[in-house]
Order: sequence, then C-alpha cells, then structure tokens
Amino acid sequence: MHAFKYHRPSSLNDAAALMKGDAKLLAGGQTLVQTMKLRLASPSDIVDLGTIKDLAGIKSDGKSVTVGAMTRHADVAHSADVNKAIPALAALAAMIGDRQVRAMGTIGGSLANNDPAADYPAAVLALNATITTNKGKHEADKFFKGMFTTALGAGEIITAVSFQVPKRAAYMKFKNPASRFAIVGVFVADFGGSVRVAVTGAGPVVFRQAEMEKALAAKFAPESVANIKVKQDGLNSDMHASAEYRAHLVTVMARRAVQAALK
Amino acid sequence: MAVKVSLKVNGKSVSAEVEERTLLVTVIRENLRLTGTHVGCDTAQCGACTVSMNGKAVKSCSILAMQAEGAEVMTIEGVAKPDGTLHPMQAAFKEHHGLQCGFCTPGMVMNAIDFAKSHPNPSEQEVREALEGNLCRCTGYHNIVKAIGAGARAMAASK
Ligand SMILES: Cc1cc2nc3c(=O)[nH]c(=O)nc-3n(C[C@H](O)[C@H](O)[C@H](O)COP(=O)(O)OP(=O)(O)OC[C@H]3O[C@@H](n4cnc5c(N)ncnc54)[C@H](O)[C@@H]3O)c2cc1C
Ligand code: FES
Ligand code: FES
Repeated sequence: MHAFKYHRPSSLNDAAALMKGDAKLLAGGQTLVQTMKLRLASPSDIVDLGTIKDLAGIKSDGKSVTVGAMTRHADVAHSADVNKAIPALAALAAMIGDRQVRAMGTIGGSLANNDPAADYPAAVLALNATITTNKGKHEADKFFKGMFTTALGAGEIITAVSFQVPKRAAYMKFKNPASRFAIVGVFVADFGGSVRVAVTGAGPVVFRQAEMEKALAAKFAPESVANIKVKQDGLNSDMHASAEYRAHLVTVMARRAVQAALK
Repeated sequence: MAVKVSLKVNGKSVSAEVEERTLLVTVIRENLRLTGTHVGCDTAQCGACTVSMNGKAVKSCSILAMQAEGAEVMTIEGVAKPDGTLHPMQAAFKEHHGLQCGFCTPGMVMNAIDFAKSHPNPSEQEVREALEGNLCRCTGYHNIVKAIGAGARAMAASK
C-alpha cells in the first residue's frame, strides 16, 4: 500500500472540504483497503467517514425506509424497521459476503463502488430508491452508469439512501460460492400495478428487465416470467459462468424471486 | 508520516506510533507482539486475522489501524481467564478436536464467540453460514462446526 495522509473529519462539511486532488473517502474499508494493498488505488489522502455523526442509522415512515450511508450491512440485516417494512432488503443485506465483512461494510461504500456483482444496486434499482448526497439527490434509474462508475461527481459524498416500500418483494441470488458475490441476482418489487425487476451480476452494471416487469404487472406470478428468454448479448462471460448460463439464470432467479415474494 | 493510534486491547489501554497506512493486524502482531492473530491471505478471504472490535468480529487485515482509534479490541490472547482457564469456546474446540494445525483457530474462535452471543443454541446450518468468512485447510470443518455448537451452548449455560 502506498503512503497517504489520513484525515478524520468530524462533519460532512469538513469531509467535503478535504476531498481535493487524489483524496478518497473511506467507509468500511472492506473494498478500498484491499484495492490500496493491490495498488489499484493509491490516494494521496484518505478521508474517513467513520467518525461523522448522523451518517449511520435507519428511519422508516411506512412509505419509505431511509438508510444512512455509513450503516453497516449487519445493521440493515438486523434492523427491526427494515425487517418489518422491506424484509427483502434485510435478507439481501444478510447475504452480503460473510459476517465479518457485514460488520464493517456500508451501504454508501457498496453503492459508490458499484461492483457489477454487488447486491445493493439491485435493491436500489428495484425499490426505486433515491440516493442523497452532500450535493443533492440522484434517482436510482440514473445513478448506475457502468462497471464501477456512478453518477457521483468528484468528491461527492453519499449521505443516505431512501427506499420506497413495496407491496411485496424478494431478492434471489445465485452466489459465487467463493466470494459470495452475485453470479446473478434478481430483485423483484411489486408496487401494486407497477413492478420493477433489477438484475445484478449478469451484466457490466445492474439493469432493469422490462419484459419481465410488463409480464409481472399484468400478473404477478412465477409463470409470468418462467418462459421469458433473456438475450445473452452484452452479458458477462468469465471463468465463473458464460453469458449463456447467466442469461438462463436471470429467468430462474426471477421466477424464484416472484415465488418468494408471494410467500 | 508517523501518527499515534490509541486503543484498548484485551482490556489494556495501548498506543503505538505507526505509519498512516498501517493495518490493525500489523499493530496487533508487530507493535503489541500479540501473534495469536494470524495473517493467512491478507485479502479479506480467510478470516485467520479475525478479532473482536467493539464487540463485533472483524477482519483485522482489512482495517486501518487509524480506523480502530478509541476502539476496544479483543484478540485470542484475551479470551481465556488470567489464571489460564479456557473460554468455553476454546474448551469446546479442544473437546471436539476442532483443530489440526491450528493456524485458522484463533480467527475461528473469535468469530464463533461473537456469533454465539446472538445464537445461544445454533443449528448446524447456522454455524456453517457463520463460517463463510473463515477458511480451514485441514479439518474439513465438521469438528469445527460441532465445537462451535457446543461452545455456544456452553457459553449460554455459563451466563
Ligand atoms: C470477502 C468479501 C466478500 C464480499 N462479498 C460481497 C457480496 O456478496 N455482495 C456485495 O454486494 N458485496 C460484497 N463485498 C463488498 C462489501 O459489501 C463492501 O463492504 C462494499 O462493497 C464496500 O463498502 P465499504 O463500506 O467497505 O466501502 P469502502 O471500501 O470504504 O469504500 C468503497 C468505495 O466507495 C467510496 N465511498 C465509501 N463511502 C462513500 C460515500 N458515503 N460516498 C461516496 N463514496 C463513498 C470509497 O471512496 C471507495 O471508493 C465483499 C467484500 C469482501 C471483502
Ligand atoms: S488474513 Fe485477514 S482475512 Fe485472511
Ligand atoms: S486447523 Fe489447519 S487451517 Fe484450520
């Protein structure tokens, strides 16, 4: 790991003021510390969000659930509010990595990183979430730009994520048994009349599956998606799974997610 | 540049002069000479470096020492009683032969103790899920799983 200067700001404004040049934010460090060890990132400055008050915590008002950027995966998984309002979101958080990673990793870090196989992007997109930053708000549909890229500007800091509470929802992940990241993960959310289906792991960036959304809006049942053939064009192909296999998994995971949502 | 980091380790206040890029595991092993915490992979995969930080099991190879400022850290050296009586989880690993070479064991025990606090009587499936972040190259896990179940029940009984 290359040397850097470490900062521990006590407020969001102080943190923002420190985000100059090659500075990088540090949340749980579960991705960034390893990236720095590999020298894939060599920031001049590290700005630790860990000591800023009010960045962590969960609020629920019936219509939406708002999760602070520094909220750890384990805290979302165990939150009584999240389990009551959007159990699928709590279940998703409980599936991330392993329990040690979940004790440190944060939702803000996961979304800013936007790993193509990460879980939270699927929930954010399917639950039509709003991402609040120190500069403004981002809609889910316009946030995930591409592999490891988002709509965040230089030095922009995620402060919270607000999820819309669906009528019912579920997330199904076919996980890589070694890393636990998604080979394919599908989040299905039924808002009563409109349905959103978000797919992670399959392509370079999380995406919505319009054909499934339409079929499920007409009838929210497993058989509505069971025969939808997903095209393999543009999907990831690697040592873990071919594009053809991933395309097949999207349908299987979607069908199982609908089944689970109906339970 | 050297900076100072102060934390509590196994109940004792300690501080160390470190580089800003120093990992928590490096402070534990090299500054404090507590070499029971192991580094297996150095890439957040194996869990051999697991310690308790503010009551939660974490991988100390993936945390900067500076992130642990003011934290209460417990390492494997801190779990037995001062007179040497083993912690119930350690005793269960011994009883059920939950180790062979022992390299993974400190991380296994530290993760298991944290897990057992919320799972006083875990099922085999729950224990296996809790071990997703801990790798063992020797045992095949069966006896580790048995040990953790027994250790969790012993911890609950000794409360
Ligand atoms: C063994 C292992 C298994 C894992 N398995 C999974 C898995 O199954 N599914 C999954 O989704 N993830 C998985 N992860 C990733 C994990 O969820 C990470 O915690 C997460 O991707 C990054 O969160 P963090 O808080 O650790 O962020 P950090 O590593 O601290 O930061 C990540 C990036 O986000 C930026 N950043 C952090 N916070 C903010 C903010 N508030 N605003 C703007 N930018 C910010 C940082 O500058 C950095 O570029 C795994 C990680 C490990 C080590
Ligand atoms: S050494 Fe930390 S997880 Fe392997
Ligand atoms: S006992 Fe040898 S690695 Fe687990």
